[in-house]
This record gives sequence, structure tokens and C-alpha cells, in this order.
Amino acid sequence: MKKKTINGYLLVGLIITGVLLLTALVGTFYTPFDPNAMNAAEKFQAPTLTHIFGTDNFGRDIFSRVIKGSGTTMAIALATVAIGAVLGTLIGAVTGYFGGVVDEALMRLNDALTAFPSILLALLVISIVGPGNKYNVVLALGIVFIPSFARVTRTAFAGLRDVNYITSARLMGAKNGRIMLLHMLPNTARVLLPAITIGFNNAVLAEASMSFLGIGVTPPDASLGYLLSEAQDKLSRAPWYALCTGGVIALLVFGAGLIGEGLQKMDREVA
Amino acid sequence: MSQQPVLEVRHVTGGYHTPSLFGRGKNNYHEVLHDVDFTVYHGEILGLVGESGTGKSTLARMILGLVKPEQGEIIHHTPRPQIIFQDPYSALNPAYTVEWSLEEPLRIYGKYDAAERKRRVRDMLERVELPEECLKAKPDELSGGQRQRVSIAAALIRRPRFLIADEPVSALDVTIQAQILRLMRNLRQELDLSYLFISHDLNVVYQLCDRVLVMKAGRIVEQGTIDQVFNHPQEEYTKKLLAAAE
Repeated sequence: MKKKTINGYLLVGLIITGVLLLTALVGTFYTPFDPNAMNAAEKFQAPTLTHIFGTDNFGRDIFSRVIKGSGTTMAIALATVAIGAVLGTLIGAVTGYFGGVVDEALMRLNDALTAFPSILLALLVISIVGPGNKYNVVLALGIVFIPSFARVTRTAFAGLRDVNYITSARLMGAKNGRIMLLHMLPNTARVLLPAITIGFNNAVLAEASMSFLGIGVTPPDASLGYLLSEAQDKLSRAPWYALCTGGVIALLVFGAGLIGEGLQKMDREVA
Repeated sequence: MSQQPVLEVRHVTGGYHTPSLFGRGKNNYHEVLHDVDFTVYHGEILGLVGESGTGKSTLARMILGLVKPEQGEIIHHTPRPQIIFQDPYSALNPAYTVEWSLEEPLRIYGKYDAAERKRRVRDMLERVELPEECLKAKPDELSGGQRQRVSIAAALIRRPRFLIADEPVSALDVTIQAQILRLMRNLRQELDLSYLFISHDLNVVYQLCDRVLVMKAGRIVEQGTIDQVFNHPQEEYTKKLLAAAE
């Protein structure tokens, strides 16, 4: 009897992501300092015990700002992945299961969409729905993320279509919806879960790049990408600002990446 | 065995259409079966033998309604036939326990309450001679023979009268083969079943079947009782198959 064991990758990934998520959650109602409170006496302070990430040009506590920012970034990434995963899985499941001409046509459209750099596509959506609002960023990125999920799910569903236990279910008179949801979906988790963690990473990076470029989140909301763009012109006076913000982005991506890697390894061990 | 038919296959010709983006042209049609004609009678085990690639499984899929015949007719005298597959690894959904897989056909059927479903699942598990612990197991925790027993139970849980067995023991080793064949024979008595038993293994067919069809390149070239076909083969092809099985 084979038993699924949690491996090191998964464990470390879960710890990193868990700590970041918890910090961001706590940060929504408590931060050591008011992230927007200016203090002329304490500007451009290097990291100290009171301000562990230092302060910026207005004397604001960078640690508090990064906590708030990481909350925004994670919320956007999660919402993005949720939109992409739900709609992408739906499209992929239907096309993969039924196949035929609709499948062919949708997948060629999918190819065309994936051929564009995702940031360009997001820019296109932003230019339609309007910039400067976190909901629009979520909408834009969510749409951009649909094709990758659709592709992964489609392959998985198409591969299961003629497997014996699916044929049996069909012979027993199970409806298509039941077959897709109950009989197939649980067996696609092994490709879907890693896809979700990779999607989360890409969403974090995409949000950061968009906000850095000024087409993403704008004040009073602050995301990690926005903080990075703020830190950019203070690089010589306050290098810790960019370093700490970038470090948290890297850590976020690293954690989710490890989870994805761990899930894939776990799957290989069992298979 | 009676002369009452459970299935009539009347002059069936058919095969597969490969779907393409631009229409279903004649070029995409691959004919597998040519004028196949036979009857399965109530209570019998009818063997279907032939080399791989002669269309045995296609015929099974056609009887089950998964492929439509181009010409001819398939007449069912029983409700929904079920199938047992060769590969016991892919016959059960790996995501669920044995209990779930056995109960699912009854849930789909929708006529029984939970208690009655549980009762029927336990009853069927006993009939295929599996211990109750198996209910909570996932397929990958079972042996090949156990898994094939579960597949048989799942196929029979809605009490069909006619069962297609597509190479049901070919993936199992010899001692397990004998057990499964004995089980199938017992179940025929207990549950009043008729089988179409597809196999390329003539020894197995000789042990189990009452009558046999010999298929070559999509045609039935010879049919008769086991004694007729095995002891007095008329066709060259049948003689060749028998010689190879010695």
C-alpha cells in the first residue's frame, strides 16, 4: 500500500507561504506603525530594531507598508488565479470532454492568445476597462490567465475521455455534467494543483510589473509592485526599501514555487 | 440454455469516423466490421475469438451503443448490458473508494435510498467473494484479481441480464484467472446471466464457453458449439488459431 508523504519541498513551501499569508492577514487590522503616517524626524532611516525594514523619504515605516502591500498583492493574485482557474477549467473541461470542432476552434484561439506576452494582453484589457483600480487589475489578469488553465484542463479531460472507468460511468447512464465533475475532475487535481501554484506566482509577478509600470494598483492602495516603483528613485538614499520589497516578492514566489514542485514530486512518488 | 435470444446482431457493418476540422469525409471512415451476424441466447456464455485487431472490441463497443453501426441492426432483449474490461487498473476510478464505485451506479439509477444502496453493495461484495474491508480501499491498494472482482461487482450491481467481458482475465496470472473464471460461471447461475466472452486465449474459451464465434478481419468466419469448433474446425483460419494455441 502506497502512502502519500509530505516531502521537504512541500513542507518548506507551505511554511513560507503560510507565514507570509498570516502576516498579511494580521496586517489588515494591525501593523506596527500606520503605513501612511509620515514622520519628518525619522526619514531615510536604515533598518533598526524599531523600523526593521527602515523608513522612506517621508519617514513612513517600510515594514508596515510592505505588510499592507503584500496583502494587496496576494489578494490580487488569489483573485486572479480564482478567475483564471474557474473559467479556464470550465472551458478546458468542456472542450476536452466533448472534443470536435468547437474544441479545435477554441484551442486555436487559445494558441493565438498564448502567443502574446501576458503583460501585453493585460495592458490591452486595462486600456479597455480603465487603469488605476485594483478590481480592473484583477479582471485584466484574470482574463489573461484563462488560456493557460484551459489548456492544462483540456489535456487532462481529453486524456480521460476514453478511459474505461469513464466509459463504465457513461454506460451506467451518468449525465455528462456528473461525469465531468464527479468522475473526472478529482483525477485532474494532480495537474490542476501545480498549475494553480504556478499561476499564483505568475500573477504575483504580473501584478508587480503592472503596478511598477503604473498601470496597476495606484494610491491609496499599495501593492508590492507599487512599493517597488516608489522605491526605485530612492535607490541611492534608501536601498533597503527596494531590497526589502523585492525580497518579499521573491519569497512569495519562492514559497508558492516550492509548493508546486512539492506537489509534482509527491505525484511522481505515488505514480 | 434456452433458445430465447438476449441479443441479436443482424448483418452489422461499421467502424470509426475520425473527426476532423473540415467535415466527416469518406476518407476519414475506417471500416472494421463486415456483415457480422449472430445471436446470444439466454443463459449461454458465447465466446468471441480472433487475433488482436480483428474488431472484437469494436463489436463490443457497438453492442454497448458507444459506436453506431453503418448498416444492420442490433436488437437488445435485455435492459442495458454492461462490460468488464481487460485492464483492471483503468476500470476503477482511482480517486474513489471501492464503496463509492460500487454505489455510484445505484446513485445514478436513483431509485434506492441510502440504506438500500448500502445493502446492495454489501450483497454484491459478498457475491464476488471480497471481504468487507475492501469497501474502504482505493483501487491502488488492491491486487489485480481483487480489482477485477470489484469491476465485476460494479458491472453487476444494477443487475443486468447480459454482460460483455472483454478479455477479462488476460491481464491476470494463471491461478487468479481460474478463480475469476469460476466466479463468472457461478454468477451466471446465481444471477441468471448471459455473457459475450471476448478472448484471444482459446484455452480460456474452451474452459468457460458454450458456443464460440471465430472472427477474422472483421468477419465471423465460423461459429458453433465448443465441440464443433474446437474438435471439428471447418475453416483454415480456425485450424491455424487452434494449432497456435496447442
